Amino acid sequence: MLGLKKSDLRLYLIVLALLIFAPFLLNPFPDTSGLAQFNAGYPDLMQKLIIFGLFAVGFNILFGLTGYLSFGHAAFLGVGSYAGVWMFKLLTMNVVPALIVSTLTAGVFALLIGFISLRRSGIYFSILTLAFAQMSYSLAYSVLTPITGGETGLQLSLDDPRIIGISRTESGNIPVPHFFGLEMNSATTIDFGAWSFTFSAGYYFAAVIFAVAFFLTIRLFRSPFGLMLRAVKSNQSRMSYTGLNSRPYALAAFVISGMYAGLAGGLMVAMDPLAGAERMLWTASGEVVLMTILGGAGTLIGPVLGAGVIAYLESIISTINENVLHQWFGGLPDWAENTLVTVVEPFVGEGWHLTLGAVFMLVVIFLPGGIVQAGRLIARFFRRNRGEVGALSGEPERRPGE
Amino acid sequence: MGILEIKGVNKRFGGLQALGDVNLSVAEGSCHAIIGPNGAGKSTLLNCLVGKLIPDTGSVTFEGKSLLGRKPHEINQMGISRVFQTPEIFGDLTVMENMLIPCFARRDGSFRMHAYETITDERAIIEEAEEMLDEVHMLDKRDMHAASLSRGDKRRLEMAMCLVQQPKLLLLDEPTAGMARADTNNTIELLKQIRQKRNLTMAIIEHDMHVVFSLADRVTVLAQGTPLVEDTPEKIKGNPKVREAYLGEAHV
Repeated sequence: MLGLKKSDLRLYLIVLALLIFAPFLLNPFPDTSGLAQFNAGYPDLMQKLIIFGLFAVGFNILFGLTGYLSFGHAAFLGVGSYAGVWMFKLLTMNVVPALIVSTLTAGVFALLIGFISLRRSGIYFSILTLAFAQMSYSLAYSVLTPITGGETGLQLSLDDPRIIGISRTESGNIPVPHFFGLEMNSATTIDFGAWSFTFSAGYYFAAVIFAVAFFLTIRLFRSPFGLMLRAVKSNQSRMSYTGLNSRPYALAAFVISGMYAGLAGGLMVAMDPLAGAERMLWTASGEVVLMTILGGAGTLIGPVLGAGVIAYLESIISTINENVLHQWFGGLPDWAENTLVTVVEPFVGEGWHLTLGAVFMLVVIFLPGGIVQAGRLIARFFRRNRGEVGALSGEPERRPGE
Repeated sequence: MGILEIKGVNKRFGGLQALGDVNLSVAEGSCHAIIGPNGAGKSTLLNCLVGKLIPDTGSVTFEGKSLLGRKPHEINQMGISRVFQTPEIFGDLTVMENMLIPCFARRDGSFRMHAYETITDERAIIEEAEEMLDEVHMLDKRDMHAASLSRGDKRRLEMAMCLVQQPKLLLLDEPTAGMARADTNNTIELLKQIRQKRNLTMAIIEHDMHVVFSLADRVTVLAQGTPLVEDTPEKIKGNPKVREAYLGEAHV
């Protein structure tokens, strides 16, 4: 079905199910319980999970397959965001043209940067991409202020010359991005006992885009083109003596992953039409590298998991503060409560990066293959005799002849 | 006119004359061995043929077309494959994937965006790769990681990867270097079979005289970057100049 092998199809169906039921799955705790703050089933966070998942999946096409480590992918995300907002300002609040233009603009930008950066490999390639991204950030922040909005960022205003559609709504507000009338910020909340589940139009729209992009990624991984990209990572010298030109393959991978990043940037502004230069900062580029490695570079599902874990940690851990900790440990004797709060506090709230760093270190040291490797180990433990290990984890094709 | 013509090739590395006025003609369908002591310029010459090095002067033509200034992948697409002294394979990939890459390279050329096709649908290509693996007796290892193969298997895999492209000219750089006697003999048998089946021209660089005399139709002896003599293996054996060039080497 869909031209996918059985194990890939199973993986894809699992991902689809997770996407559809995410509002339930991410809200396992009743609103009234103390654990409710670990719920992630609210639209903002779910959209963020999806968008960063998309960003990481695209990044993995470059880094996971060809081994070229780009430290400047946030630039394409930023370019996509700016392009999207400009489409909202000039053309229409419909998200479709915005997403198309975001993707294409980032693609052109990636072609330019990739063409130059891919003249070098290894650390020099990484530094070149980093330099380009920082240049883009600085330009967006200063010289290009008329296009990017500089420090304040690029946002919609009440007098945008929108060709199709209206500049302001009847009530005098800025119109909301929509998909043929379906507004991205509309949501329905269903209460079910102590639980409440929110179904957001924006989330499901992003989920559909993600599902399509993820499908294309699986196809790419299993294609001769995907095999060539892995050949680029493995041995470029043998590749050239086998009659293959590795440069256009690497460039194609670079442009494709840049376009995924642009699409992710476009989705960001479709959810919240505001683009700022800080989206292009090197920390943002580093974050997608962390996501991919944490989840498992070169695997299908790894980057999605990594993006999920990091976006979740960022949003949830950073909301925990001293008061919350005192509540948690309130039942203990005072001295124990205070000690525990003092120990845990640096890891939460503002200090969530410390937690992220610790998790990242543990994963890289004990599970170099990322979360996917952990999954694989568990799977092997449970079905040692069936020789099916790796099917679920989206391990790169091992038996192309079958 | 040979299929491969090397005329007046010179190559200097700083003060070292690596190749001095090399003239060589490899006849179509023959197996031409290039022998010589260490540092004679054998590998330099080979590198000039595949686009890794560009000679300072002289010409290299294959089927009447010049090879100079062409990139390695372009030269390969003209029909020249090379086996390296240390096997160059895709270590991260499986044996089967290693075989598929040259198959796709032959069918699709040096670059193609076939990102929406699926490898498993390419029955013809897979069969072709399997047949070739079978020919080198490695079909049972198709799912192994290439990096985990033994050295002899790596070499056989590399040879299979070159042969599946159906090259017109196969360049072999010390194909039995570091092999045990039994492995060496297997490789000789394999190469003999390959020659019988296909109308393949081979140029082989070798230290081991046993290999040279079992395979070659013509032998060129290279010494200090210059061809010393060119003759049939039988005559080379008795040539006093060759003995002199190899003085102190145990093989002769």
